[in-house]
Amino acid sequence: MKKRTQQLPYKKIGLAGNPNVGKSTIFNALTGLKQHTGNWPGKTVSNASGSYFYHDKEYAIYDLPGTYSLIAHSKEEECARDFVCFENHDGIVIICDAVCLERNLNLVLQTLEITRNAVVVVNLMDEAKKKGIKIDLEKLSFLLGVPVVGTTARSGEGLQELQEKVENISNNQSSAIKIHYSNEIEGAISIVERVLVHKINEKYNARWLALKLLDSDESLIKSIKQYLDKDLLKDEELNKALQDAKGYLSKHHIAIKDLKNKIVSTIILKAELIAKSTVSFEKQDYQKKDRKIDRWITNRYTGIPLMIILLMLVFWITISFANYPSDLLFSFFSHLETYLLSFFKYLSFPSWLIGLLIDGVYRVLTWVISVMLPPMAIFFPLFTLLEDLGYLPRVAFNLDKGFRKCNACGKQALTMCMGFGCNAVGVVGCRIIDSPRERMIAMLTNVFVPCNGRFPTIIAIITMFFVGFQNDIRSSLLNVILLTVTILIGILMTFLMSYILSKTLLKGIPSSFTLELPPYRKPQVFKVIVQSIFNRTLSILGRAVVSAIPAGILIWVLANLKIQDVSILSHITSFLNPIGALMGLDGAILMGFLLGFPANEIVIPIILMIYLSNGSLVEFDNLLALREILVANGWTFLTAINTILFSLMHFPCATTCLTIRKETKSWKWTFLSIMIPLVAGVFICCTITFIVRLLNLI
Amino acid sequence: MKKNELPLHHVSLGEKVIIKKLDTNESIKRRLLDMGMVEGTEVECALVSPFGDPKAYFIRGALIAIRNSDASSILVERVKEEAK
Repeated sequence: MKKRTQQLPYKKIGLAGNPNVGKSTIFNALTGLKQHTGNWPGKTVSNASGSYFYHDKEYAIYDLPGTYSLIAHSKEEECARDFVCFENHDGIVIICDAVCLERNLNLVLQTLEITRNAVVVVNLMDEAKKKGIKIDLEKLSFLLGVPVVGTTARSGEGLQELQEKVENISNNQSSAIKIHYSNEIEGAISIVERVLVHKINEKYNARWLALKLLDSDESLIKSIKQYLDKDLLKDEELNKALQDAKGYLSKHHIAIKDLKNKIVSTIILKAELIAKSTVSFEKQDYQKKDRKIDRWITNRYTGIPLMIILLMLVFWITISFANYPSDLLFSFFSHLETYLLSFFKYLSFPSWLIGLLIDGVYRVLTWVISVMLPPMAIFFPLFTLLEDLGYLPRVAFNLDKGFRKCNACGKQALTMCMGFGCNAVGVVGCRIIDSPRERMIAMLTNVFVPCNGRFPTIIAIITMFFVGFQNDIRSSLLNVILLTVTILIGILMTFLMSYILSKTLLKGIPSSFTLELPPYRKPQVFKVIVQSIFNRTLSILGRAVVSAIPAGILIWVLANLKIQDVSILSHITSFLNPIGALMGLDGAILMGFLLGFPANEIVIPIILMIYLSNGSLVEFDNLLALREILVANGWTFLTAINTILFSLMHFPCATTCLTIRKETKSWKWTFLSIMIPLVAGVFICCTITFIVRLLNLI
Repeated sequence: MKKNELPLHHVSLGEKVIIKKLDTNESIKRRLLDMGMVEGTEVECALVSPFGDPKAYFIRGALIAIRNSDASSILVERVKEEAK
């Protein structure tokens, strides 16, 4: 967790809750920060913290990972449990989904077993109201013994009240509900608790720890060692008490291995009881509309085609709406270039500097802005809308069988979808996969889905070489189809590589898999658009700028430093040429990919720079002119196909590589994550080139 | 297996059943318990994915996808028809 710089006394509050109940939204609303939110479980994969002021007091908010329970069996659950149990906090806010309160109460009761300083938030009250679900908040508060607030975080409703309640509990303890287990278990608990209470600080909950020690919860015992700085299990008196308690249980015919089930059942039945007396349904079939949509979306005949149509629709909107601003920007920048050029000449800049600034930096930048940015700015919000709606878990549901056949996890479909935005984000997202083996497979194959930095390149090449420049429905449709085919090849490769990995380096059987399919929610259209443009698009642009400038300078220097009258750049490209030729590419293209390692957005402008560096300055103000430059440098349809495929499958960008290294903590796996797509890409390009040449197609 | 009892993945679309026994390994068992699947819980098979596996079940107000290989070790009982 982040270290705080201020020394002011502040209150420390944890936000707990099931996955996908709007925790991030509440966190953002309270702290004014901008965590990315979306309608699928596991969105928040790393801890965030922020703060707000209320009545001149600072409240530091820690967004805990979303968990279904505190009986830790994953890293996320361990982290949430340790915060609730051992961290020196002033209160926990437990956030529930009003639409399925009963299931959420499980976590509420587990949390209240550990701490009494808690506020229960019943969020998504608007969704519940729409579905005719009524919740008696007062009664719920009475039954739980802690304050309860109903909120609709998206519109900010109830947040004021929440802050007030948080202030209250951080000052006074409430009398939270106590879970009563069967007499036998209670007896055993008290045997241990009596001893334990003298061994630990009073701020820790002896009753709960006693129960967990009885249950021999290994991960908790590890945490106790870490936080209390002593090994309780080495304490003789305590060990004796534990033995006594276990003896007591077995005398009453309760086996230790059944204890966990009994504990969990007691809590779940209690949750059921509380839900029954506080929740009422106006319509029994409140799920009907969702189910109807779901039947179509997951249907045997329509499920997969709908998925592809939706993907194509997103691409179609992206391509047709990106065209116009793209053309406009293109011609604007080429006009500006003429003025800049004469301005620089007026300032009598030396010609090398003008070359560096215009040919190098300016052209890369304007390419990124005019060709890459418009599709990104349209695709990203569209995709976020699908995410907000709750469609992505359905994709995972539909594709799970494929992943199971590859001995991988269905949640890989979710991380694959995140990869469309950015592969580095996709790799981090793999944390939602519990099995380390399946998580590794998902991380190593994420790069087969083209990210935002790559698919505008693919669109541009498709437009230039396969579709042409007519602005009619037919050509944009053709463009969409070709792009979709490219993406499907990427997805196919994901499956293939997952299969190969699970049969070789990452052998194993698929682990168990449960995935919640959340109810559909109306996306917040305006907010999504504003946030994705400002947060995502601009940050991608920033990254491209940062990597374009040094790359531009490097290319220019290489092109102008000469050895034996031939530029270093020509030496390098002619060295790479034979390898490129085997793959149906050329040395300049390979150089473009190599120098595009920091950011894939700049691959094509670098290739152009290399082509142009040897000739005179050519003006280009649209893709048509670009095509001519490429064709003049030997591009054929084969070069175009192979460039698209190599763009789909080469090495991950620098950011993604570093992220993989951070997530796997291993250079070996990072190296492999580079080699897998690279080998696949080289192999496929070589094969296609070989076949095309064999058949004398060009 | 008694009459009326069957593994969860054999339950047909739209049918409601009661959980009798979780006969699974520890790791999946805990996941299922987290979702509130204790003995006696009513479960409805709500969705079948395009390739027949996994299926999604309606459990305590939430829709949960479970693979058939995992569901096969969950023993359930048909809710008796009230007419009889």
